[in-house]
Amino acid sequence: MAAGDSPMLQFEVKPLVELKLGGLDASLTNSGAWMIAAVIAITLFLTLGVRSRSMVPGRWQSMAEMAYEFIADMLKETVGAQGRKYFPFVFSLFMFILVCNLFGMLPYSFTVTSHIAVTGALALMVFVIVTAVALATHGLHFLSFFVPKGVPLPMLFLVVPIEVLSYFMRPISHSVRLFANMTAGHTMLKVFGGFVVQMGVFGVLPFILIVALTGLEIAIAGLQAYVFTILTCLYINDAVHLEH
Amino acid sequence: MPQFDITSFLPQLIWLGITFVVLYLLMWRVALPRITDVLETRSERIASDLDKAAELKAQADSVLTEYEAALAEARTRAKATLAEVTAAAAAAADARNVEVTDRLNKEAEAAAQRIAEAKTQAMAEVRDVAVELAQASVVKLIGREVAADQVAGAVDTAMKEAS
Repeated sequence: MAAGDSPMLQFEVKPLVELKLGGLDASLTNSGAWMIAAVIAITLFLTLGVRSRSMVPGRWQSMAEMAYEFIADMLKETVGAQGRKYFPFVFSLFMFILVCNLFGMLPYSFTVTSHIAVTGALALMVFVIVTAVALATHGLHFLSFFVPKGVPLPMLFLVVPIEVLSYFMRPISHSVRLFANMTAGHTMLKVFGGFVVQMGVFGVLPFILIVALTGLEIAIAGLQAYVFTILTCLYINDAVHLEH
Repeated sequence: MPQFDITSFLPQLIWLGITFVVLYLLMWRVALPRITDVLETRSERIASDLDKAAELKAQADSVLTEYEAALAEARTRAKATLAEVTAAAAAAADARNVEVTDRLNKEAEAAAQRIAEAKTQAMAEVRDVAVELAQASVVKLIGREVAADQVAGAVDTAMKEAS
């Protein structure tokens, strides 16, 4: 396989416009361009969708309302009424990941969420916000979160470090899950795509497989956006209610 | 893997920061309030429509109740009128009955009186004939006349015995 056909090539971040920000590399890359595209697409999808403000919504308006109600209901079910003020944040997070995942399925596109830098930053942002919310709501009482109720004292020496560790592992599992799913899926598609070309007439077999896998990948794009968002909701719930 | 190329991190993170903050502001300030507005307007509209429907139903119910009351009243009145008319008719029939009975009784009495008179008269005539006959018979039998008073007395006695 030639270097140009590497299945990893699709993940390359290429600068489109070289920019320097106080000596730092702030170039607009293909990644940044797709982020901008996602923001524009989400905003247009929602604002143009409800433009007519119909009493009986059309298809487009229904989709916009469905996205809204999906996240609103998720937040209400996991966090309750206090979750309402985090709605714009959770909604932005879900739509950003979902649209970046789906844009990654377009041919010749770039999958923003296949980079650990991006998923890691998003997960770390969630972690920082959730911890800040917990500290602001409960003060030092927040530390009781690491001390489960009903555990005998000797066991606490074992349980508390585990709880603390698992708390700090959150952003890692949160980000790696999304990054690994996206990277693995796209790599697999590329590898099978290579087989189609290499196998000539028999390439029809991997081709059929790739069609099925593309469907699967689209499902995973939605599912991983959902998983990332519902975990965020659960973390917010922990921060607001301090319960396991 | 290009994902672990540290030099690519900074531009990604900078643009992620910019785009995500812009997206958050757009969602928070523009898109979500619009959808909230649309959904709230709709739920308010539905609630007000339901209220209106309930109100109309209450109105229909009250009209129905009124109608039923009117119907019941009309029925009661009709019954009363019917009873009144029936009573009046019965009274009239009774009065007529009494009147007719009275007249018939009077006529019957008058007829009985006439019959009695006719009977008396007939009896008197029978007596006269009997007296004359007896007188004539006596003349024929004994060849001489008997006093009319005597004959009459004998006839009366005989008639009394016969009757």
